[in-house]
Amino acid sequence: MTKLSYERPVIQKLNTGMMNKFGTRTEYAPVSHIEGVAVKDLIAKYGSPLFVISEQQIRRNYQNALRAFKTRYPKVQFAWSYKTNYLNAVCNVFHQEGSWAEVVSIFEYKKALGNGVPGNKIIFNGPDKSEEDLTLAVQNKSLIHIDHFDELYLLIEVVQKLQLKASVAIRVNMDTGIYPMWDRFGFNYENGQAWNAINKIMSHPELELNGLHCHIGTYMLSAGAYATAAYKLCDLAINVKAKFNKTIQYLDLGGGFASANTLKGSYLQGSDIIPSMEDYAEAIASTILNFGFKSADLPTLFLETGRALIDDAGYLLGSVIATKRLSDGRRATIMDFGVNLLFTAFWYNHKISPAQDFSHHTEDMVVYGPLCMNIDCIRESVNLPLLSKGDQVVVHKVGAYNMTQWMQFIQMRPNVVMIDTKQEVHLIRNKESLETMLRYEEMPAHLKQVNL
Amino acid sequence: MKLNKNIAVSENGFIFNPVSGDSFSTNPLGQEVIRMMKDQKEKKEIVKAIAEKYAADDSTIEKDLNDFFQMLLSYQLINEHE
Repeated sequence: MTKLSYERPVIQKLNTGMMNKFGTRTEYAPVSHIEGVAVKDLIAKYGSPLFVISEQQIRRNYQNALRAFKTRYPKVQFAWSYKTNYLNAVCNVFHQEGSWAEVVSIFEYKKALGNGVPGNKIIFNGPDKSEEDLTLAVQNKSLIHIDHFDELYLLIEVVQKLQLKASVAIRVNMDTGIYPMWDRFGFNYENGQAWNAINKIMSHPELELNGLHCHIGTYMLSAGAYATAAYKLCDLAINVKAKFNKTIQYLDLGGGFASANTLKGSYLQGSDIIPSMEDYAEAIASTILNFGFKSADLPTLFLETGRALIDDAGYLLGSVIATKRLSDGRRATIMDFGVNLLFTAFWYNHKISPAQDFSHHTEDMVVYGPLCMNIDCIRESVNLPLLSKGDQVVVHKVGAYNMTQWMQFIQMRPNVVMIDTKQEVHLIRNKESLETMLRYEEMPAHLKQVNL
Repeated sequence: MKLNKNIAVSENGFIFNPVSGDSFSTNPLGQEVIRMMKDQKEKKEIVKAIAEKYAADDSTIEKDLNDFFQMLLSYQLINEHE
């Protein structure tokens, strides 16, 4: 006789008067496949936990974003934000779609070169550029975005030594009406610092001021802030034209567009409150178009959005290690992935779905990771089906920052696979092993012997 | 394994404790376990009955039952558990 499928017994106290108008759906609907590939097959072949990236979703996101901007503004160029996810396979999907590279360190810069991006299609941002880095960037005709006066003066020395011209922009920080105001990067607009930097650059003919750049924040919930930012960059560009008769070739509005993840502390789901790509595009494009540039002087619009283009293309598959009761009676579920892999769990309430069928009975639970560390908590409170040891789950929207900010703490990093547009699965990063870690360690001779 | 006196159990899994005024719901297996408890079945017998009917091993069932009884105890539906 075939036995019935087992679901552990549960009893739950019924509470009244606890209705919540912001109530969220209970996630008992299973997500058994990703882009047509079975979760259980992926885990069986590549192990658990496992990062999965959908190439199709990346291309879809990119094309939607490009359409949103190109239907509103004639000259648009995206540059892929390497720090958001710099796995080479991911970068090259964006490069195939037409994205340039936006990097913030020489490590990322060299990765971009290695991926086949021409030097003059690399935007070099960030506060840390050494003389050697700047030399390479000048020789490659990269777009150098200057962050501070120390970098500007160093760059002047570099170009004078090389007897070459450099294509530069300045990063401008400004008050766009949002909190917190990011003023640690670049030169301030309101106090005249940005204008001082422009004056200095324009006094050096070996520096070609081609662009103006800003990056006003991250996970921006107000499209209007971008209109303010675009207005202030346009103001600088028009004044550069008026004072120096120099046409600014491009305005780079940076990134920071929100993904549909839900921030901790938010009553409403992320997807209900974030501006759409069209909202961001409309705010930026209409501000520049209405500012009063002559047609020939209309700058190219550069965008470096990362999170909004990759977050929902990434999934983390995992398995339940154990379940237990906490002292107050709450259920705790321990997963085989923690904040070591899911750094964004510190600020998002990630959606977690079971990967197999369950009944509609659910439990409120805390979801912990496997690290022997108290802060390793993925969800403080989430309603999920009656998960048991060995059950598999899918964590959604993990494509941004997790595969760059992950920690090698206690555990090693797992495999990463990409499902291509024909539903073929490709391993794009091998899991780490003990040998991977030991390769970088050295043992002094007098410590080699241990007798216990 | 005995449910406390006065605990009312409906056929569709709702449980009412008239002493505290608390109501509870259970899933299908929870209902079966409660029924077996009302029939004065011992824990071993309950494990055996579940293992015969459902696709789960004895140790999984025992772990889950222990957790279930612990919750019954914390909700004051039973007075002792092991």
